[in-house]
Amino acid sequence: MINYIIRRLLYVIPVLIGVNILTFILFFVVNSPDDMARMQLGDKHVTQASIDNWKQQRGYDLPLLWNEESEGLSKASNTIFFTKSVGLFVFDLGISDNGRDIASDIGQRMWPSLAIAIPSLIIGVLVNITFSLLLIFYRGSFLEFAGVFFCIALMSISGLFYIIVGQLFVGKMLSLTPISGYVPGIDAIKFIILPVLIGVVSGLGSGVRWYRSLFLEESAKDYVRTAKAKGLSDLQVLFKHVLKNAMIPILTGIVVILPLLFMGSLITESFFGIPGLGSYTIDAITSQDFAIVRSMVFLGSFLYIIGLLLTDISYTLVDPRVRLD
Amino acid sequence: MLMPLWTDMAFFILIIGGLYLGWRSSKREHLRRPWKRVFKDTVGVVSLTVLLVFILIGLLDSIRFQQVTNTQSSQQDVISLLDVVLTPMRTQVEKTYSAPFSHTAYAKEMGVDKEGVAKRIYPRLKYGAAHLNNPVTDKFADILKKLMAGTGFSLLVWLGLMFILWGFNKRSFKFVRSKGTKSFLFTLLGVLMIVGAIASLSPFYHVLGTDKVGEDVLYQAIKSIRTGLVIGSLTTIVMLPIAISLGLMAGFFRGWVDDIIQYLYTTLSSIPGVLLIAAAILMAQVYMANNPELFTTVEDRADMRLLLLCIILGITSWTGLCRLLRAETLKIREMDYVLAARALGVGPIKILKRHVLPNVMHLVMITIALDFSGLVLAEAVLSYINIGVDPSTYSWGNMINTSRLEMAREPIVWWSLLAAFSFMFVLVLAANLFADSVRDAFDPRSNT
Repeated sequence: MINYIIRRLLYVIPVLIGVNILTFILFFVVNSPDDMARMQLGDKHVTQASIDNWKQQRGYDLPLLWNEESEGLSKASNTIFFTKSVGLFVFDLGISDNGRDIASDIGQRMWPSLAIAIPSLIIGVLVNITFSLLLIFYRGSFLEFAGVFFCIALMSISGLFYIIVGQLFVGKMLSLTPISGYVPGIDAIKFIILPVLIGVVSGLGSGVRWYRSLFLEESAKDYVRTAKAKGLSDLQVLFKHVLKNAMIPILTGIVVILPLLFMGSLITESFFGIPGLGSYTIDAITSQDFAIVRSMVFLGSFLYIIGLLLTDISYTLVDPRVRLD
Repeated sequence: MLMPLWTDMAFFILIIGGLYLGWRSSKREHLRRPWKRVFKDTVGVVSLTVLLVFILIGLLDSIRFQQVTNTQSSQQDVISLLDVVLTPMRTQVEKTYSAPFSHTAYAKEMGVDKEGVAKRIYPRLKYGAAHLNNPVTDKFADILKKLMAGTGFSLLVWLGLMFILWGFNKRSFKFVRSKGTKSFLFTLLGVLMIVGAIASLSPFYHVLGTDKVGEDVLYQAIKSIRTGLVIGSLTTIVMLPIAISLGLMAGFFRGWVDDIIQYLYTTLSSIPGVLLIAAAILMAQVYMANNPELFTTVEDRADMRLLLLCIILGITSWTGLCRLLRAETLKIREMDYVLAARALGVGPIKILKRHVLPNVMHLVMITIALDFSGLVLAEAVLSYINIGVDPSTYSWGNMINTSRLEMAREPIVWWSLLAAFSFMFVLVLAANLFADSVRDAFDPRSNT
């Protein structure tokens, strides 16, 4: 088990190197360091000298991937790619191209993202499980057919529709919550309600269907039939047997996405003007801030792989039949 | 003269390929049986009919030719067959916004009222309800009359069709009364009635209003169908060969091949897709700006960007299916029939083709059907962050994106949003329901 975890953690390193190279190539095929300097200096009439100065300060005056002028090993190491990537592997995110400390920015922006992601996840899972249990309970009836159809209909509506209509009705017409924005502290609640509500509703269709298929699979098993044959009521079977056993895939499914909650949602955050990590990434892409893009992609892939690892581990914890080797 | 674009040709090839596959699978019993199940399922048939209508519109929109204009030789527009069909809608352009079925513009303008006094009034539209002298009182009755005429005509056409069918099938009218055919015919009636109503109303009204530059919103929504279909289908075609070949190879050969392929898809899927797409689109824009001579018209550029978007979406989305196919192949390679084939000396490529691929086809089929709807929805989101299709392309995402800015207006300009969302909803719902029906039919576990 320990061996397995160590091996998987070591496997993270080549993946992260690959991710880093890909991000680097994608970014610099589109932008040159000169473009970045012009974008950051913000002035249309900047001199070449000030661009060079900016590049010198930020360390973008080196060749991109291969330094012909250096000797030996430093041909590869004395480049933008190498100098900028090394720090990431010890989680030294460095300073963004507009001069702010990325680690402290992320530390600050993490909380609004979490404030929306965690309630959305918890409420979403509870609501989804409740509805899917209802559908299972009324299996074979017209109610189930209508419920499943309703789920597919909910899935077919664009996520943008939920956001726009939610902002329009709840925010603008009924004036129950602010349309967008965010304040730190306890007052944040009124800004959070609408995004969380929309997050839950837009995930309802696919979520209920997914949990329903889990429960269906579970209730087709032999022990359920045995329990029924012994005279247990449908409700007892559903809650004491089916729900308990279906918790295994449900929990492991949640564990995968847990680490990624930090990253926030790109669309929701930019629609509601929430200063979280999702909007941080989008802003960085549009303002061509390579340092932030690189750090966020690095962090995202790291968390993604950790999520996969956690899933594997949680399988062994909840289901003793699974062995990792 | 025909003027096809790259995506047009890809779309045609796709449809020909689909027809060929359909013909092939009609010869094989193990593929024919599940399809028969789909055709017997009411939901499956209804959604397939709706999808076919959308595909037909997309096809009409893909047949482009140069319009012969007598007046000016410099103004030669390339239009599609669909544009010809939608001619009154396409050419009746107002000045700016107007509400659905409205006879006046959305904003007040200086004008002269009935008494000849100059003041700010809502001006009459150039085309919308222009045939009525007294629109305030007559409009409702007129709309009702045109609606009845359109749907009534459609009903007659449908009854005629039924009569012909009956004439051909006098002895075996059973065919028409089977469940699948019945649901097809009734869906057809519904579609015909909607088409009839629109055809009789649209020369006189803007059924879904007009947008900022006065273009008919219904026309925009119908033109957007092609973009949605192209994104949904071309992306799948890009993604399928990669996913199938890599997935099968990883599962079958194990060892270092497996390691490399797993590394590839773990790396690729851990980079946020938005970043990949944004980078690719920016790259394309830089390339197009540097090589303006390659793209003579705005349509060429927009089309190139659409094609590129499909390719990049395909490259980012193959990982899911690949993982699925790898896991399934791992199971299949241990089956007795694969061992037998191996013992008889059959080569690995042949085993993959004859013994493994047919047994994972149901997964591929289900993924295609499910991915399609996801991609149509994704287009809208991507256009919102400006990394989707070209702003000059008709697409639901662009419609939403441009009308989003008008939400703050009072009264709200809602019709563009409604049109885009409801067209998208109908297409995606049909695709989802069809996918469900296909999954039920192809899933080996439900075949008992």
